[in-house]
Amino acid sequence: MITLLKNGRLYDPAHNKNGVVEDIYIYQGRIVPKPLDNAKISQTYDLSGKVVMAGAIDMHSHIGGGKVNIARMMLPEYQQKQMQEIKNLSEPEAHICTPYCSHHATPTATDTGFRYIEMGYTAAFEPAISPINARQAHLEMGDTPMIDKGGYAMLGNDDYFLRMLTAKKDQKAINDYVAWILHATQTIGIKVVNPGGISAFKFNQRRLNLDENHQHYQVSPREVLQSLSRAVHELGIAKPLHVHCNNLGAAGNFETTLNTMTASNGLPMHLTHIQFHSYGTEGDKKFSSAAAQIAEAINKNKNITADVGQILFNQTVTASGDSMMQHLNAKHANPKKSVIMDIECDAGCGVLPFKYRDQNYVNALQWAIGLEIFLSVEDPWRIFLTTDHPNGAPFTSYPHLIRLLMDKSFRNEAFAKLNLDAQSMSNLTSLDREYSLYDIAIMTRAGASKLIGMNDRGHLGVGANADITVYTDQENREAMFAKPDYVFKNGELVVKDGAVVKVVWGATHTAKPAFDIGVEKELKEYFDRYQTIGLDNFKISDAEIFDDGRGSVVVNKN
Amino acid sequence: MKNNLNPTLPASITCPACGMLCDDLVLTSTAPLSIKNACAKSITFFEQSFHSSNSNTAPSVSGKATDLETAIKAAAAILAKSKAPLIAGLGTEVQGMRSIMRLAAASNAALDHMHSESSVRNTLTMQNGGWLTTTLSEVKNRADLILAIGTDIGNSHPRFFEKLVWDSASLFDKPSPEVVYLGVSAEKTKSATSPEGKLASTVGDDPTQVPEIVNALNALLINKKINAETVGGVAVSALQALVEKLKAAKYAVVVWSASSFKFSHAELTIQSIVQLVNQLNETTRAAGLPLNSGDGDSSVNNTSTWLSGYPTRNRFVNGKPEYDNYHFSTKKQLQNSDALLWVSTFNSISAPQTALPTIVIGHPDTKLDRTPDVFIPVGIPGVDHAGSMFRMDSSITLPLKKLRDNELPNLSEVINRIEAELA
Repeated sequence: MITLLKNGRLYDPAHNKNGVVEDIYIYQGRIVPKPLDNAKISQTYDLSGKVVMAGAIDMHSHIGGGKVNIARMMLPEYQQKQMQEIKNLSEPEAHICTPYCSHHATPTATDTGFRYIEMGYTAAFEPAISPINARQAHLEMGDTPMIDKGGYAMLGNDDYFLRMLTAKKDQKAINDYVAWILHATQTIGIKVVNPGGISAFKFNQRRLNLDENHQHYQVSPREVLQSLSRAVHELGIAKPLHVHCNNLGAAGNFETTLNTMTASNGLPMHLTHIQFHSYGTEGDKKFSSAAAQIAEAINKNKNITADVGQILFNQTVTASGDSMMQHLNAKHANPKKSVIMDIECDAGCGVLPFKYRDQNYVNALQWAIGLEIFLSVEDPWRIFLTTDHPNGAPFTSYPHLIRLLMDKSFRNEAFAKLNLDAQSMSNLTSLDREYSLYDIAIMTRAGASKLIGMNDRGHLGVGANADITVYTDQENREAMFAKPDYVFKNGELVVKDGAVVKVVWGATHTAKPAFDIGVEKELKEYFDRYQTIGLDNFKISDAEIFDDGRGSVVVNKN
Repeated sequence: MKNNLNPTLPASITCPACGMLCDDLVLTSTAPLSIKNACAKSITFFEQSFHSSNSNTAPSVSGKATDLETAIKAAAAILAKSKAPLIAGLGTEVQGMRSIMRLAAASNAALDHMHSESSVRNTLTMQNGGWLTTTLSEVKNRADLILAIGTDIGNSHPRFFEKLVWDSASLFDKPSPEVVYLGVSAEKTKSATSPEGKLASTVGDDPTQVPEIVNALNALLINKKINAETVGGVAVSALQALVEKLKAAKYAVVVWSASSFKFSHAELTIQSIVQLVNQLNETTRAAGLPLNSGDGDSSVNNTSTWLSGYPTRNRFVNGKPEYDNYHFSTKKQLQNSDALLWVSTFNSISAPQTALPTIVIGHPDTKLDRTPDVFIPVGIPGVDHAGSMFRMDSSITLPLKKLRDNELPNLSEVINRIEAELA
């Protein structure tokens, strides 16, 4: 059964196709070469004039893994309100809504899959799986339909790793442990959140700077980053170490961020939600934009990639592994409540609701800083479109964010509504750049799949998985990206005119580099002696993911 | 009925008898029962489970034994006729709850767990102001003071002290923590006596005085003067001494059990406990540890939350979830519903008394106080079939294992078939 997508305008940066009109043939879920003339085409979609891209990939979105479930549980009133007023946002917030914006910060697992696919996203990655909580993450993602998913396992605050660093274990031992974690937790990458800081908070340290020692282990965040970035690199997995820097949200933290860029000694490293780490201390309010310095450093350091973590104005909830900084920020929670946890000598978490307001100086500037970074980083292959869902805004705001990037007058109109002091501290209106469709396709497709290491996703070449999104080219980019005409998942039509027409279940993407299984001997002793579950129960088998008859595990090789 | 122990028994098994979910039990024989690392609760659980193999395993409709297919059709007929059924009990694990959520959405049901009277107090506290909590491995390796408020930990979670307090293996070279009971009768503090004979300290012994005492501790912690000699029957000097202990501790863990608070509006006292923990964290580290009640309460609430957006005491109306932790209680819904589906798979807990058409799906030994319209015995999770279960601290999910072969269907299978009949 061959499906033909005819005459679409292809934006496929992996093959340098920038609006080329071409046909696509799909057979058994994959893109195939043009068949022989006598081959039977069972279905043809005439896409004349339509914009065709690979399915979008969200490389950083909290879609599973405990924290968002805590947020759901803590905020029933918010969800009830969402149910009633789902599209009814009051002015004068600078987030100008279209009817497609749902603003739901904590969708259920089911809704998560539906909202993503309705926007043409065919994969999303949970960036903060604490290894000990990985089973829950996979259970939640297992109940997330429509899209492919995967996760990054958090290391660097776990006692086992910090203990290895203190003992100056050789890099091979570290590499084996990191690889073992990837296997055991069924993840595709490694993340570090506030390196050493979450653990330090458990020892009553309240801040930890890049070159400051953790008082118990006597190692610094820089050493954590050096060790983990090297491990990830030497194991040969595609996804560079995913780094949530120290000092999240603190005025003046841009220096930490700049210094962090040097911590991997030139090896690839990804700095996540970098907007939250780009703050200076200038001006009367001692809070200013350091977007220019951050963007300049990214432009210069080719080993660095980043995603933005754009904030958009509205009520949301921040869910982070960074218990140290979330505890510090709990006084800013709105409504005033927070859940902070210390978890299993392995990780932590902090969940607090947050309301970003355009008339609040800091929030308004945060909005501008994110956009300044987007517009000042030159290489779209090294900057990624995220709101750090739900921390900066729900992922359902992406179409709005895309319009802010692609439409200067729309952007400046929104800027003019901001807190005036914040306006005076931002150079946003002097940035004339407008992202092209090709740039957007890089950021949300080709770049993301390359970064994560999924060779058959994020592009439209022969052999690619036929995850394809078709849009009507509209001047209003928000309306365009909110409601694709068609979305194909594994070659099947699953969305038509922005609504799901067929429910399917995506795969779970993993990376499983080779390692010495001998690492388990010491780990078993460690678990038996210090942990409260056995080593065997820490590990998640493939069967746990596919036993429900819906899931499957993809091992990506590089 | 057949009771074939799996020829290849797992090396270790996970025990669902309480929220600690110990996974180091080793089962060597079922008759007589022989389990390594078992506690009183787990022995009772596994004895009942293996004994259940002798009971009647046939489903019944109106008290008459029948086959599974007939019973499923009868159950579906009741739900099909019902406009607003109540699915209660909910003694199940994650996989069972996943199926129940789909059935609830399809049948516009309300959902409530048998222990929600307790767990709702914790949920209300968390929804009101949040909290700062910890998990079992942190307690084991880090705690230097354990304050148990109004709760007999040893009774509800029998291996708590053995595994988390007396075990000398700790990552951070700390002494064995001091255990202080607040508002617990001396008799109930004995389970905390260490193997070396070290007794737990006690502050007050009257559980009804807990609200007053916790408020006094909060006042003393922020240096408010109390113009009284005693509060809740305890000398203020003793409370001051406890406050000093808490402040001096590097990692105090404050343990409570919502089910042991037998006074009204206990959520306000839990809020006070949370406030105490929060205030301690201004200068040192401390954390709360709410104990759960069991029968899968943590699993059910977590699963319900990611699938509907809400923990239990929720319902579906035209497939859309709603939440009300007051009105959707079993007690209230028995007045408003027109059918009851009662689920209890871990223990043989009977359905509440009601005149509503009733379906009971559960443990083969379920006591049927009144003959339900439909009774379907199902396998026991972690004995008859595999599953996934949340530990009391919600951060850990563990696989439950299948220990024997028998002909009982599992809950998911039965629920899925009922749902299919409705479609």
